[in-house]
Amino acid sequence: MNGSAETRELSFAEAIRDATAVCLQRDPRVFVIGLGVPDPKGIFGTTTGLASEFGADRVLDAPLSENALTGLVIGAALGGRRPILTHQRVDFALLSLEQIVNQAAKWFYMFDGRGGTVPIVIRMIIGRGWGQGPQHAQSLSSWFAHIPGLKVVAPASPADAKGMFIASVEDENPVIFLEHRWLHGMRGPVPTGYHRTPLGKCRVARTGGDVTVVASAHSVIEAMRAADFAAAHAHIEFDVVDVRCLNPLDFETIADSVRKTRRLVVVDDDSRHCGFAGEVVARVCEAGLPLMAPPVRVTWPDCPSPSSAALAEVFYPSDRDVFVAVGKLVGRGLEHATHFPKRPGPVDVPNLEFPGPF
Amino acid sequence: MSPSPKPSSNPALAYGTGVPPDLKHLHLEMLRIRVIERRIAERYREQEMRCPVHLSIGQEAVAVGVCAHLQPADKVMSAHRSHGHYLAKGGNVRAMIAELYGRADGCCGGRGGSMHLMDRDSGFWGAVPIVGSTLPIALGLALADKQCGGNARTVAFFGEGATEEGVFTETLNLACVLRVPLLFICENNGFSVYTPLAPRRSPDFRFSDYVRSHGCHYFSGDGNDVEAVCRVTGEALAAMHADPGRPCVVEFATWRYYEHCGPAQDDHLNYRNQAEIEHWSMRDPLAISRARLIAAQPGLEAELDLAEQRQRQDIDAVIEAVRAGVRPSPETLPRGVFAP
Repeated sequence: MNGSAETRELSFAEAIRDATAVCLQRDPRVFVIGLGVPDPKGIFGTTTGLASEFGADRVLDAPLSENALTGLVIGAALGGRRPILTHQRVDFALLSLEQIVNQAAKWFYMFDGRGGTVPIVIRMIIGRGWGQGPQHAQSLSSWFAHIPGLKVVAPASPADAKGMFIASVEDENPVIFLEHRWLHGMRGPVPTGYHRTPLGKCRVARTGGDVTVVASAHSVIEAMRAADFAAAHAHIEFDVVDVRCLNPLDFETIADSVRKTRRLVVVDDDSRHCGFAGEVVARVCEAGLPLMAPPVRVTWPDCPSPSSAALAEVFYPSDRDVFVAVGKLVGRGLEHATHFPKRPGPVDVPNLEFPGPF
Repeated sequence: MSPSPKPSSNPALAYGTGVPPDLKHLHLEMLRIRVIERRIAERYREQEMRCPVHLSIGQEAVAVGVCAHLQPADKVMSAHRSHGHYLAKGGNVRAMIAELYGRADGCCGGRGGSMHLMDRDSGFWGAVPIVGSTLPIALGLALADKQCGGNARTVAFFGEGATEEGVFTETLNLACVLRVPLLFICENNGFSVYTPLAPRRSPDFRFSDYVRSHGCHYFSGDGNDVEAVCRVTGEALAAMHADPGRPCVVEFATWRYYEHCGPAQDDHLNYRNQAEIEHWSMRDPLAISRARLIAAQPGLEAELDLAEQRQRQDIDAVIEAVRAGVRPSPETLPRGVFAP
């Protein structure tokens, strides 16, 4: 990676704040804008203190106006700035789809380069739990990845959150930067100072020979828990491929893994129909990679994400579901599913410290 | 610090120079746009220009009167009916015609067509056909300029239909809240495609009140009188100069003589009432300026006719040169989905 080898322990949210501060520090063209960016909660701690450190001219609060704000950052980028736009939920960004899809994604292409580039980062947070419900907990990552011209980033670790955030800000293209809300509190080693992780390259999060499990963002966490359990109890070894970037997609890393394991499970925190998991399966099939069994998708069911914890529990695939999917595919180990450990505490929070309400 | 008005290289410029607008220059510029668009309309029937065209015939005075105040470094954005704005801002004619013909040397390499014009060298920063969509982008350009301490002016042209889009209100509010001096130029031609204002606005709607209540200047004028456009735009720019950071909306009443989209006139469809058609037919911006020029200088007629003849020859030469040009090669199709 480019940058520092020293690390310190940070949460995913702190890593994004750290990355934003690095960008603001290094490049005077960078500014951050969005509803609540300088507020006391600082977008779940991802922007806390930045306004006092870098000034209200570079860390801006804004009206809700998602669509105009998106146009504003497009225009500012065309004018030579490097804006970062923040939405507290993916769902809110839907009000700006016109600007994202028609303008940001196409500007460079449709003017044959003569219109300039649109180096913007649009942060969107995928909600989950505590009854977020149908309009505060969508992923829609496949939607964005479907649009030519948009880069779609969905990191799973604090280190990648920082490295890919900096790479996103430095990229000449519009980047949709997806942050799963349940990752914000997760901690891990993060390189200090400038640290850049190139976009468009998968990370092999765990190496094993029995099955390829492809995942991104919070799905990686579920896949890794399933992998730990499977290795310890069922002697099944996962190759976990953390996609990190849905577009451009590093299919070669996925293909290399599938060539080795000849089994494929795709875990995708999103709806199933016409989704990213289907895209990975299709590419593996089209590539003619030999498989010992049909590929499997572990996704949300094709219904909106419900609020009640009783419904959410069955809506979201769990680490255990990943384990069961793999067990069925490999043809062994399923007898261990009954003692797959439940996460401590209520099912609708990422951890015992999470106090709600969002 | 407020930016000081810059002297202009444009002989028509009124604001900041003390020089009154040169009506003859303004007229010839309108005539040039009219001649080019008439020729587009005529040759469109050959079906070689294979893209939707939205002609601004009848609306030339707004484009010319506003752009007379601008320098190449000033930035203009527009929407689907943008030929006039592009040309008045100094956009490359050949690149525009080539774009309509889908040629490789078009201003978007044949990727955009009439509805996507671009010539940043002349300060035309783009037009797209999603109504209202360039308004916030223009605001972003103006914000970038403000952040960099520049003093270029940014102008967004749009039709009155755009004011019905949420993004207009969002942009207006954002401009006022962020104190970004965008000049909004609204061409109110009374119709969105075939739909008049009545089904689109309450009879109680007052655009001026609406704009001002956001904290924005509002001016209005006769969009078919190029001198009026020039004067009102000058007043708007002066107001913005006196109160840096406050954006301004200028609304010009005007009328398109051709159909919404395409090369023909369509009054036989009866979507516009006869009295209005007759009223506006007497208010052709070119007829108005020509009559004034000839009244002031009898004998100018021949000079103007000659100029028109030359303009026709010029555009015909451009069209023939463009038609002889190459189309984009198929292997360029995937180029530039992502910027390097």
